[in-house]
Amino acid sequence: MKNQLNRLLALALVALLAGCSSTGDTEGADVEDRGTDAEGVVTSGAADTGSFPGASLDDPNSSLSRRVIYFEYDSIEIVSEDQDLIAAHADHLANNPNQMVSLEGHGDERGSREYNIGLGDRRAQSVRRVFELQGVSPQQISIVSYGEEKPTAEGHSEAAWRLNRRVEIVYMGY
Amino acid sequence: MKSIKGILILALLLVARPGMAALTIEITRGVEGAIPIAVVPFGWSGAGAAAPENMAAIIASDLSRSGRFEPLPDRDLVSHPTEASQVQFHNWRMLNVDDLVIGQIRETGPQQYTVEFQLFDVFRTKRLIGYSFPAHQSELRRVAHHISDLIYEQLTGGQGAFNTRIAYITTTGSGTKKSYTLLVADSDGFNPQTILRSGQPLMSPAWSSDGSEVAYVTFEEKTAEIYIQNVATGARHKVASFPGINGAPAWSPDGTRIALTLSRDGNPEIYLMTLANKSLQRLTNNPAIDTEPVWSPDGTSIVFTSDRGGSAQLYRVAVRGGAAKRLTFDGKYNAGADFSPDGKKLAMVHARNGAYRIAVLDLDSGLLRVLTDGKLDESPSFSPNGSMIIYATDAGNRGVLAAVSVDGRFRQRLSLQAGNVREPVWSPFDRQ
Repeated sequence: MKNQLNRLLALALVALLAGCSSTGDTEGADVEDRGTDAEGVVTSGAADTGSFPGASLDDPNSSLSRRVIYFEYDSIEIVSEDQDLIAAHADHLANNPNQMVSLEGHGDERGSREYNIGLGDRRAQSVRRVFELQGVSPQQISIVSYGEEKPTAEGHSEAAWRLNRRVEIVYMGY
Repeated sequence: MKSIKGILILALLLVARPGMAALTIEITRGVEGAIPIAVVPFGWSGAGAAAPENMAAIIASDLSRSGRFEPLPDRDLVSHPTEASQVQFHNWRMLNVDDLVIGQIRETGPQQYTVEFQLFDVFRTKRLIGYSFPAHQSELRRVAHHISDLIYEQLTGGQGAFNTRIAYITTTGSGTKKSYTLLVADSDGFNPQTILRSGQPLMSPAWSSDGSEVAYVTFEEKTAEIYIQNVATGARHKVASFPGINGAPAWSPDGTRIALTLSRDGNPEIYLMTLANKSLQRLTNNPAIDTEPVWSPDGTSIVFTSDRGGSAQLYRVAVRGGAAKRLTFDGKYNAGADFSPDGKKLAMVHARNGAYRIAVLDLDSGLLRVLTDGKLDESPSFSPNGSMIIYATDAGNRGVLAAVSVDGRFRQRLSLQAGNVREPVWSPFDRQ
């Protein structure tokens, strides 16, 4: 439990730092320039909007490279440490209204399977709500819950379970 | 019961044929008071050295599996009578068996046979029942299960459920190479037949009330959808593909509707769909998770799982609508219910001290009884005669099926040779 919090805190710090750096340095400027181009050139707009978010999404130093939100047991609440990360994704999506995203909800293996589908759905809905509050269009977001059917970690311990209680932010086309 | 002590491996499938995933049945917990019975190998007259099926072995393992009988081991059979005139009752009395089963199988044509059997009360030296059945070779196992049903009914007064089937899901491989399979097998695990295979998850198989169709959830389009598939023909059609969850299908007892879970209105709610026209009636309206609907056998109410009270518990609501009433108060997690065929009990997943086990709630008394001792037990499903519950459990990091008698006194494991097995559902009595 404590380890998990520490880990989340550390990740949140990384995310924060990454988020701060991307607003000031050349990478952020680069993104803005290309965005302006895309708005001006209608015929090549599709191709440009396709490549435009790629620059930051593919950057391992960007907070946007972290696309998994973890949850407590039987909980659908976003822990405070993850709020900045979700906000960074929301910003990105709000600024790229053609970018579609799928929120994939998951749970750990314990308990009944359809209830876990319900939990995964509610978790994805939690992330969706934050996205929409921060200006992401509902049309950009789709949700699928896999419950316990697609674990990332096998095994029957909290070490595996905490990795499986998650929402994956999946950018369409990546 | 000396022969059921510990783990007795019956090793039902002697020869695993290609393409047949073999299930081995292990009895993990015996029961006091099982009826001692002798099932003598059936006589054989026909071409070849032996009959195409070992009828006596099938019957003996059926009876053993029910937990109500203790068949005499083959090595203890003092003689091998195949007709009434050969039976020496005093020999069997000395072995303390109450009842004796003998029979014959005769070849009557190409792949055609006549099966005869007789059941005797050893102490009253009296024949209780005797029948003769014509059968094609492919029907011999079913005839054996039918004979088991007749013996069970004669000696226990209850209806036998040996001539029924189970549907279940298996997974093999891992990661992106995971394969999901929906299978239907005889209730003893034999004759498993794949009815669907997918690279994406398959979930929640549910039998139609006449046993001819199975509804299930598939993610083959990377989104949840519900299909109904004819078990015999394999033909299937999509019944639900709304945004979000399409889950937990459950057939109404009259077969005209399914209850299901949809999240199309923002969060998981229970709906009823009339299959003839796909019209929907929303049954729950609550910001919590409402899912896993099951019909009461009389068709008037639905029991479902909801976390509206802060944790997963079972609730009951009338099919015509109205307020939901909470049914479970014992512990912080009760989910995934199944109704007993008489409507008097609910089986469920019950969590206590971090262990997820199968429990049964008596609806009249409100008493909850934990039947299993696993850590990750789930998906309970009653046998159609209400005597057993089949469920999924974990055995050494592998999902296997197990069954427990409703009184909790008899448990057995059905372990597939490869892959993970889960979500067993027992068919109704009627089968095609």
